Amino acid sequence: MEDIIVLTLHRAMVAGTPLLLATTGEVICERSGILNLGVEGVMAMGAVVAFIVTMTTGQPWLGVLAATATGIAFSSIHAFASVTLQANQVVSGLALTMLGLGLSGMLGKPYVGKPLSIKMEDWSIPWLSDIPWLGKILFTQGPFFYLAIVLAFAAWFFLERTRLGIQIRSTGENPKAAETQGVNVFRLRYLSVLIGGGFSALAGAHLSISYSKSWIEGMTAGRGWIAIALTIFALWNPGRAIWAAFLFGGFFVVQYLLQPLGISPSFLAMLPYIATLFILLLISLKDPRKLNAPAMLAEPYKRGER
Amino acid sequence: MIKIKTTDRYNITTLRSFMTNILSLLAALVVISTIFLIAGVNPIYAITEIFSGSFGSFYGFKETITKAIPLILIATGLTLAFRANFWNIGAEGQMLMGAIFATWTGLTFGEALPSYIIIPLIFLSGFIGGALWGIIPAILKIKYAINEVISTLMLNYICAEFLTLLIVGPWKGKTRFGFPGTDNLPDSAILGLIPGSRIHYATLILALICAIVLCVVIYKTRFGYEARVVGENPDAGKYAGINFLKTGLILMAISGGLAGFAGVGEVAGIHHYLGYPASISSGYGFTAIIVAWLAKLNPLYTVVSGIFFAGILVGGDAIQISLGLPAATVEIVNGTLLIFLIMGDYFLNHKITLQFSNK
Repeated sequence: MEDIIVLTLHRAMVAGTPLLLATTGEVICERSGILNLGVEGVMAMGAVVAFIVTMTTGQPWLGVLAATATGIAFSSIHAFASVTLQANQVVSGLALTMLGLGLSGMLGKPYVGKPLSIKMEDWSIPWLSDIPWLGKILFTQGPFFYLAIVLAFAAWFFLERTRLGIQIRSTGENPKAAETQGVNVFRLRYLSVLIGGGFSALAGAHLSISYSKSWIEGMTAGRGWIAIALTIFALWNPGRAIWAAFLFGGFFVVQYLLQPLGISPSFLAMLPYIATLFILLLISLKDPRKLNAPAMLAEPYKRGER
Repeated sequence: MIKIKTTDRYNITTLRSFMTNILSLLAALVVISTIFLIAGVNPIYAITEIFSGSFGSFYGFKETITKAIPLILIATGLTLAFRANFWNIGAEGQMLMGAIFATWTGLTFGEALPSYIIIPLIFLSGFIGGALWGIIPAILKIKYAINEVISTLMLNYICAEFLTLLIVGPWKGKTRFGFPGTDNLPDSAILGLIPGSRIHYATLILALICAIVLCVVIYKTRFGYEARVVGENPDAGKYAGINFLKTGLILMAISGGLAGFAGVGEVAGIHHYLGYPASISSGYGFTAIIVAWLAKLNPLYTVVSGIFFAGILVGGDAIQISLGLPAATVEIVNGTLLIFLIMGDYFLNHKITLQFSNK
């Protein structure tokens, strides 16, 4: 029994890792006032590029790097449309998702079903991994897990404690005031969208080269959309995103755990989505003000408008 | 030094709007061609193949019209929702819920009733199914401030899994020999086709009527006016005493209900039974978003843009077979078109002039 619980929680952490990466990125992006619904597409692009580069060079970290660069470049489309051209962010994000799912399908077609022989070894943290239960769950994970946690903390520190982070938040709350304080709203919004894109692509890289070690079309399976929901669930705070992401990782794992008990797999597959709605509802019932998004989220900013 | 100066454009003519769309589509075509070129496919050949596959032959054109039916219905409903700033991304789920309700009515009452009663009944049940699935996010948004993009998307996944649960479990048909899917609908509940095609004309006529009616609703009625005010200037709406909950519920019921109609058409017109979600809808709910956008959120124009995008779907199938391209190709084409359409809006709403100065 102990083994099953430890194994389940260990897997929940693995399943939560891409959610955490993508959510952290989206939090930074939305804090600047830009809604990016392209997460799913950027994730797919990250996954396919990481897989192709890792497979051809044999270097997983090179794959990770290439994926991040792709994510940044690819999300610049959304940045250009939503910041420079002040386009509708919902539609622009959707377009990015369509394009990302399409392009990744085309790029990855020759690689479908090919297994990746290169393995990213798990890192056993000395001393800490010897702690009973917790050691196995938290300190014998793959590198992406630690990366996701470190980046989430870094993002929290960046947004809450650094000058640049505070400026980014001010562009999301009141861009006009920020601009009069000498903040370059356009530049910071671009920066935030690109950082968010890099994070989403990292999440994709985790899926293809560490989690499933293969590529198939549509392998992101809605995780990008869940990350967008988690951004709300985490109330735009990367610190809260950590436990939110791993809770949802748990929902993914519980599906496989309950299947042998004869519960319909379709019903279990609904769980993460029902849970998302249910938890958002709970937050809203408890304190609706908490759902307050950055004030200018999804509102285009026009320079020099009075 | 050259300076770029942008000023807002206020008087936008229909002609300018139309020309901007055409130019955006052409620009998108250039990018799509480049992608084809990189993928090692002759772009001129591929694009000709897409359009000759969908509009170039009688057979292709009939298929295009068949696929345009759900697109027009869904996009028409979306124009209303989008105008009220209600970002309904859940048409896919609303369509499936319509299909589920229609199948239930058809299987339960179909044997005993003649066509002229059962067919209106299945359309009505489809509308109710889609409307119910559309009302949920409206309540969540207006009463509980939950973002509708998230809720409609989650409801898509939930509905697809629910449908799968039904067809592998309680609704599995005796005539399917263990394969997932319900039994066929009784003959009286099956929609007639235009001979030699798969065009279920009842749904086609319904789609055209809906587009016209919704056009009148949006531009000529008090409700349409209120929906537009809610979208364009919610603060003014509050002062004017518009009931947000009522307006939101009605417009999402219509938007979801029309998607439900589309689900009825696919089940009763094409498949004749309820099968896997992916076979009922090949992403119509998402493609319809682009259809609505190209139509500049005018229900009447969705007829034209619906046929255009149905053509891309049909032509996309054609080049998958003839050029060995993956199914994702259509998504590349659609995504690129949508990006250029929204970029084009900027040039429609702004006047851009280059200023030359010596400084």
